[in-house]
Amino acid sequence: MTGYALFLGCTIPARQPNYELSARKSLSKLGIELVDLSNMTCCAPPPIESINLESSMSIAAYNICLAEEADLNLVTLCSGCFQSLAKANAMLKTDKHLKARINKILSHAGKEFEGNKEVKHYLQVLVDDIGIKRIKQSISKPLRNLKVAAFYGCHALRPSELLKLDDPESPHILEDLIEALRAKSVKYRNKLKCCGGLLRGVSDELALDLARDKLVNTSKAGADCIATLCPFCFVALDIGQVQLRSKLNETYDMPVLHYSELLALALGIDPKELALETHKIKPDKIISKII
Amino acid sequence: MEYVKKEKTIALAFPSLVISRLGGKTITHCYQCGTCASSCPVARINPQFNPREIIKLSLLGEKEEVISSDAVWLCCSCYNCQERCPQKVEIADVIYALRNIAFEEQKSPNIYLEFASALMNNGRIVPISKFIEKKRPDYGLPPLQPTGIEALNKILSAIRFGTSLQKEEAK
Repeated sequence: MTGYALFLGCTIPARQPNYELSARKSLSKLGIELVDLSNMTCCAPPPIESINLESSMSIAAYNICLAEEADLNLVTLCSGCFQSLAKANAMLKTDKHLKARINKILSHAGKEFEGNKEVKHYLQVLVDDIGIKRIKQSISKPLRNLKVAAFYGCHALRPSELLKLDDPESPHILEDLIEALRAKSVKYRNKLKCCGGLLRGVSDELALDLARDKLVNTSKAGADCIATLCPFCFVALDIGQVQLRSKLNETYDMPVLHYSELLALALGIDPKELALETHKIKPDKIISKII
Repeated sequence: MEYVKKEKTIALAFPSLVISRLGGKTITHCYQCGTCASSCPVARINPQFNPREIIKLSLLGEKEEVISSDAVWLCCSCYNCQERCPQKVEIADVIYALRNIAFEEQKSPNIYLEFASALMNNGRIVPISKFIEKKRPDYGLPPLQPTGIEALNKILSAIRFGTSLQKEEAK
């Protein structure tokens, strides 16, 4: 069994038991052990980077230090956490001046970044450690009738030079994983454009405009649901639909599922164990297509 | 000749400040081609935000116009511009550097003050309610591990994070 330190972040435990449950259950079913380390903190994502980049880099490095001490690689579910941690990890491993500068700060908390661990998004764990072939073999409820719109969001892919998850202009890891579940991955316009999630609370109108574009285009493409990788994209597109209904009187009724939820369902995990009631747009149609 | 020299010094003060900051060092590579603006999902729907314009104004030393306007806060941090820049200007990071300067001068939207105090008080920017935490066993989720708030605050005080926040609160 391969073990990883799970970096859970804030948004998932605060709001999305559906994400946490589906990820924990399906990864464990596929033979990945997740270890919950104590004393982790916020990953210091864009809102903190906007306040002070040195702080966000130091906080990310501090959390990586905890994984180094436990001699485990890190896995994240949230793309925001992935970007913060993987970016810091890559920059600190290659820039010795930056590493010295950040280590000086970390010394106040008795930590030292060494740079001997990996930070992975769970999609990379699925592909690299388990493999598409084994995932295909493990499926007990193939999602044969399901048309899924893959949505990457931004922070799993870019900046690609540091994150190295996939080609930022033409990624395929998520489509490959969707098709491993025997679902059909559908093409749609503006697939790689931002969901607007990070503008919520700063400019709600702009944020909703960006989310709307995704819902219009995935609906036009005939998708049954959107598959996301990030809790912010999930909020932008799921709660976003409730807001679009009340503000613009537009109804999309497009279920948004985390990829891990689709994976859990295909692995035969009971939908009742997945806190699907968390979704604002109920995925009942999806469940009835599967079972 | 002296006049020219003097003008040069004034014009370069702000770009030098940006270059000296984390995230800001590539700003001078920009040759204003506009690939960033045409890749930007926000610029497409809101003409108030244009990354090429923000870089140009910064390089021209228009500090107030850059850090006092709303525009710098409208970037959605999608990194499309940075990914596509032919000059390898780290545009999204430059925007963070500009926001950092704006925050220190108390020119950020209020929500960032909330993020900063949530980080210092809870170690997280999205709070986890006691109610949600208590529900975890019902879902079959393991208990949450303690947050490293003490270590976090040692790090933050070493950087003097939140100094401008305290100034803001004292007002």
